[in-house]
Amino acid sequence: MIAQVGTVAANGVKRGGHRWVGFRTIVIREFSRITRIWAQTLVPPAITATLYFVIFGSLIGRRIGEMGGVSYMQYIAPGLIMMAVITNSYGNVVSSFFGAKFGRHIEELLVAPLPNWLIVAGYVAGGLVRGLLVGLVVTVIALFFTRLHVEHLGAVTAAVLLTAVIFSLLGFINAVFAKNFDQISFVPTFILTPMTYLGGVFYSIAMLPDWAQAVSKANPILYMVNAFRYGFLGHSDVNLGLSFTLMVVAAALLFGVCVWLMEKGTGTRE
Amino acid sequence: MQALSLRKLTKTYRNGVQALKGIDLDVEQGDFFALLGPNGAGKTTAIGIIASLVNKTSGRALVFGHDTDTDLEAAKACLGLVPQEINFNQFEKVSTILVNQAGFYGIPRRVAKERMEVWLNRLQLWEKRDAVSRTLSGGMKRRLMIARALIHEPRLLILDEPTAGVDIEVRRSMWEFLRQLNEDGTTIILTTHYLEEAENLCRHIAIIDEGRIIEHDRMATVLRKLHSEVFVLNLRQPLEAVPELPGYALRLTADGSVEVEVTKSQNLNDIFAALSACGIEVVSMRNKANRLEELFMRLVEGRDAETGLVKRAVSA
Repeated sequence: MIAQVGTVAANGVKRGGHRWVGFRTIVIREFSRITRIWAQTLVPPAITATLYFVIFGSLIGRRIGEMGGVSYMQYIAPGLIMMAVITNSYGNVVSSFFGAKFGRHIEELLVAPLPNWLIVAGYVAGGLVRGLLVGLVVTVIALFFTRLHVEHLGAVTAAVLLTAVIFSLLGFINAVFAKNFDQISFVPTFILTPMTYLGGVFYSIAMLPDWAQAVSKANPILYMVNAFRYGFLGHSDVNLGLSFTLMVVAAALLFGVCVWLMEKGTGTRE
Repeated sequence: MQALSLRKLTKTYRNGVQALKGIDLDVEQGDFFALLGPNGAGKTTAIGIIASLVNKTSGRALVFGHDTDTDLEAAKACLGLVPQEINFNQFEKVSTILVNQAGFYGIPRRVAKERMEVWLNRLQLWEKRDAVSRTLSGGMKRRLMIARALIHEPRLLILDEPTAGVDIEVRRSMWEFLRQLNEDGTTIILTTHYLEEAENLCRHIAIIDEGRIIEHDRMATVLRKLHSEVFVLNLRQPLEAVPELPGYALRLTADGSVEVEVTKSQNLNDIFAALSACGIEVVSMRNKANRLEELFMRLVEGRDAETGLVKRAVSA
C-alpha cells in the first residue's frame, strides 16, 4: 500500500523540480489566504483609498490647485497607490508568517525538504501578490477620480515590484521577532504609517524648508514614492538612479537577512 | 540499514536547561521502536532535532544515512512527523492541508490529490475532506496529522504521543493502522503515555531520562529484566483477612481480592495449590500493572534514588 520513498527523486518528483512545486504551493496557499479573507485584505484599502481621493483629492485638492505641474489629484494618486502597496505587502507577510508561528503550522514548512531561501521567497511572493492586487484596486479607484497617464512603464513596474518586495521582507523580519500580536502591529502603526505620510505621498518636498528637505531625504519611502511617481508624471523630487540603487541594494540585503534569520532559526527553531 | 542514528546529540536551551546530554540511538530500518521517558526527559527535543524543528547544540543526526547537517533535504524527504501538539492551520479545509503538505514535499497537485484520497480513506476521514479542520473532533485531528505525515510516503514515521486524548476505540484502530503501516515497510518511532501501547506495538525500546538514554534494547529483553510481576486474583468469596502463604507476599485489596507478587523462580501453580488448600477459590486473574510500566517506574525511580532527587510523577 505504501510506496517506499527514500529521496525526493524516488518520490516521483524530479530533483530541483520539487523546489518549484514547493514554492508554487506556498504562493497558492498565500493567494488562497488573501482571497479567503478578502473582507480584511482587499476591501479596507479600497475604502481608505476612496476616502483619500474624495477628501484630499476632490474636496481639499480643488483649493490646493496644481502641484508639480499637474492637478493635486493626479499628484497624490501615485503616492496613494504606493502607500497601499507598502501597507499591504508588509501586512500580508507579517500577519501570515506570524499567524503560522502562532498556530504552529509554520512547522509544516520547517519539516519539509525546502531550503530556507525558498520559504522566504514564497512568503515574499505572497506579499507581492497582495501588494499588487491592492495596488491595482486603488489604481482602478483612482481612475474614477482622475486621468492617469503613464510616462515610463518600466519605472512604474520596477518601483512597485521593488517596493513590494522590500516591505514584504521587512514584514517577514517583524514576524520572525514578534512574540505576540501587539508586536506585529507596533511597526505598522508607529513607524510605517508616519514614514509613509512623511515620504512625499501628499506633497512635494520642494515645498519644505531646507532642513525639512534634508530630514525627508533620510526617509527611504521618499525614494520609492518618487520613483513610482516619476513613472506616471515624468518628474521626481530625488535622483532616480539613487532611488533604484537604494531599492535594489535594500531588497538584496533584506533578503539576505531573512534567510540568515531562518538559517539561525530565530523565532522559529528556538 | 539504520533508519535513524543519533550520535552524541546534545541540546542546551538558552535558559541553561540541558535537555539532551549526549544521546546515542540507533533504529533499524523496518523497526517499530518505542522512545519512552518521563515528561521533560528530552523525547520531544530529540524528535524536534531530528525533524529540524529544534537546533541542536552538538552531535549528529542521520536519517537513512543522510546527515541533517550536510544532506538535510534528503533527510527530511525520508521523514514524516506527527507532533504532540495540533499544528495544522485550523482555518483550512482537511483536503487543502494535505494537498499543500504534499506540495511542500514537491509532489505535484494531481498526484497529491490522489494520495490525499488514499490516506483520508485509510484513516476514515474521507467524508470530512471538505470540513474546516477546526471543526474536527480530537481523534479526527490526530488522524489528520497522521495522514499529513504520510502524504509524502516517508520511510521513517515519528509519532509523538499520537493517541493522547483519544478514546479507546480510536486508539485501538490507530494501533491496527500503525501495525499495518509497519508491516508494509515503514519504520516507526513512537513516544506514548500509554506504555501498554508501546508493549503491544514495539519491538525495540529506548528509555530516556534527564537527557540520557538509560535503556536501549529489544522489548522482550527489556521485559525479561523484570524479576517479578504482580497479579490480582479475583476470588469466589471475598476475603476478610489475607492467608499466610510461606514464600509469597500477599496483600488484600479493598474489594476483597488478593494481590500476589510472583518472582521468576516461583510459579502460579504453587500459589493456586496453596490457596486451594486453604479453601480459597480463584475465579480469574490479571496483571496488576502493565509490565513495561512497572519496569519503567523502577528504572526512573532507581535513577532518582541514585541522584538523590525527589521521585517525580512519571509518565511516558
